[in-house]
Amino acid sequence: MSLSIRNLTKSYVEPGGRRLPILNVDSFDIADAEQVVLVGSSGGGKTTLLNVIAGVTTSDSGQVVIDGTDVTTLSEPARDRFRALKIGYVFQTFNLLPAFTALENVLLGMSFSGRKVDRSHALELLERVGLNHRLHHRPTKLSVGEQQRVAVARALANRPSLLLADEPTANVDTANQDNLLKLIREACTENSVSLMLVTHSQDVASQFDRVEKLSDFNMPEAAE
Amino acid sequence: MNLLVIAFKSLKQRALASSLTALSVALGIMLMVSVLVINSVVDDTFNQRSVGVSLVIGPRGSDLGNVLSAVYRIGKPSENLPYRVLTQDIPQAAERLPGVKKSTDVIEWVIPMTMGDVSEEGAFPVVGTTPKYFKVEYASGKRFTKKGQLPVNPFDAMIGAQVARENSWDVGSQFTLIHGGADSGHVHDEKFTVAGVLGPTGTANDRTVFVNIEGFFLISGHEKPPEEAIQRLRDFGYEVTPAQEAEIREASGGHDDHGHSGHDHSGHDHAGHAPHGIPDDLKEVSFILVRTKSPTASLMLAPEINEGMRAQAVNPIIVISKLMKLFVGNTRKLLLCLTALIVVVAGIGIFVSIYNSMSDRKREIAIMRALGAHRGTVFAIILGESLLLCVGGGILGLLMGHGLVVIAAPFVESQAGIIVNPWKFDAMELVLFPVLIGMATLVGFLPGLTAYRTDVADSLND
Ligand SMILES: Nc1ncnc2c1ncn2[C@@H]1O[C@H](COP(=O)(O)OP(=O)(O)O)[C@@H](O)[C@H]1O
Ligand SMILES: [Mg+2]
Repeated sequence: MSLSIRNLTKSYVEPGGRRLPILNVDSFDIADAEQVVLVGSSGGGKTTLLNVIAGVTTSDSGQVVIDGTDVTTLSEPARDRFRALKIGYVFQTFNLLPAFTALENVLLGMSFSGRKVDRSHALELLERVGLNHRLHHRPTKLSVGEQQRVAVARALANRPSLLLADEPTANVDTANQDNLLKLIREACTENSVSLMLVTHSQDVASQFDRVEKLSDFNMPEAAE
Repeated sequence: MNLLVIAFKSLKQRALASSLTALSVALGIMLMVSVLVINSVVDDTFNQRSVGVSLVIGPRGSDLGNVLSAVYRIGKPSENLPYRVLTQDIPQAAERLPGVKKSTDVIEWVIPMTMGDVSEEGAFPVVGTTPKYFKVEYASGKRFTKKGQLPVNPFDAMIGAQVARENSWDVGSQFTLIHGGADSGHVHDEKFTVAGVLGPTGTANDRTVFVNIEGFFLISGHEKPPEEAIQRLRDFGYEVTPAQEAEIREASGGHDDHGHSGHDHSGHDHAGHAPHGIPDDLKEVSFILVRTKSPTASLMLAPEINEGMRAQAVNPIIVISKLMKLFVGNTRKLLLCLTALIVVVAGIGIFVSIYNSMSDRKREIAIMRALGAHRGTVFAIILGESLLLCVGGGILGLLMGHGLVVIAAPFVESQAGIIVNPWKFDAMELVLFPVLIGMATLVGFLPGLTAYRTDVADSLND
């Protein structure tokens, strides 16, 4: 089991002091190398769920076990390190650091993990996403689709066991959307990486075997 | 990727703001380096080590005036001293010291100096002195180098390096003197010939025309009429015996007094005299330079000479260090404070530049964190940016400062006769770097803290 969530709750405190429950998940699992698409209404808490899994946000209670480690029990620095090594994260837009070239963006992910920087692996990944002719371009010189492909390469750089993708195709035109999606899925398959991909697009969702609607397993109101 | 490399790339992303702020630090440091270099030049020029003289013996009056005039050739002596100070008072004063038999026990050398005239061309101060002046150390451990010969004949001259360069004089050049300073207008008839040219020393000697003191005495107008000379000796409290009186009259006898326009010295044609023919009692000198065998000897000898009330002995080192402390020292402090202020302002500029960029970079920082960077890592990257700007600017400023001196050095040398070594580093410059690193830490701390505190989830959603 690559990801297993138990009794997870998360709420935000509103400016007035009222608690706003967002997540209340009894049980949610993703198997090794499984690919899951997550759909749901806007504001439903999909991004929050990914952030909690990535350890970028802390939950209120419950367990998030990734590859045998419950990330909710880790200290912040340990979580940072765990994230660097085990989790790849692709956002909707502006994934890349503008001061660095495509290659450098991929290498940066490696250096933050504290591992030895594997330049040839970075080059391999960029070639895999079809960008070997754009290695030394800065993000502003790349199209949105190309930027997203660099982000995918970077997310896979540390050979993670889980790839989180938060509406990665939302800002990409339809022609490139399928292309990008295919690429993400193939790369995950090749590297046996579990994938959790958030999307609004029915078109995208229909390509996956397993489609999860957030509201089907998340009952925030029940938490109160 | 090294954190400093990451910091550097982020700076490159904001190339204009980064280079301008680094340049502001560089300009501040450049000014600071210039002040330090100028200061060390002034220090060397007015330094104790640059004076080979233990005591300057001159007319009673201002210690500082005597030293400036005798050693630095700034200003004219207020009055002259009878030659007897040299031949009688100084040896006697030395012999009065406890445990001293002969004056040579404590005195290494004594050299007289006459001053007051300037060269007609270039208006360089003219010093009449003995050839010995060029054989002794002009500063501790430093001796003159020269081209040509010592000025052994009365109308021989030795010129400083700057004089030679500016007047285009060389061995064999002939020149005349203007009496009593450039504005008196009276040009002496006597022609002097350059026998030798001194090598550059970085001291006032470079801009001095030296003539043989005998020649100086022989110049018409440099000698007093016998009555006046006798009266002067008596004014100074010397006994003038009838025999000496007769000798004085005899030596200057037979010549008609003829007044020069503008001054009322009597004069006579040197051509009629045999060299060295002037009796000591008709000679007057401006200063007598004394080198004692030990510093203590000079401390003891000075009051002994001053006791006689005829002349004033002063240790130039004491006078100069007083002057340095009082005036130059404070100026240096003031200038350093000003340049430090410039550097501080530059530091504030860096702070503003980095701090302003932080709001635009929240997402960048969040991305780094999402990639697994620790809070401490993003803090260090921002601190690294301020470090690179401060220290990079500092190194640039150091090079620019010394570069400025490289460009200015030949100019300063030709204008002021001061030799500047542009690559001489002041110890203060080493202090600059810890200070700059401290400043960078201070300046980078708050923006670094902003990075440290950035909420990843919030900043990713923006
Ligand atoms: N830092 C926050 N503080 C308060 N409320 C937040 C915060 N982040 C998100 N929310 C709220 O939580 C809810 C879920 O947001 P999000 O996870 O982004 O939803 P989704 O990604 O499904 O659109 C929204 O109502 C949003 O306004
Ligand atoms: Mg979302």
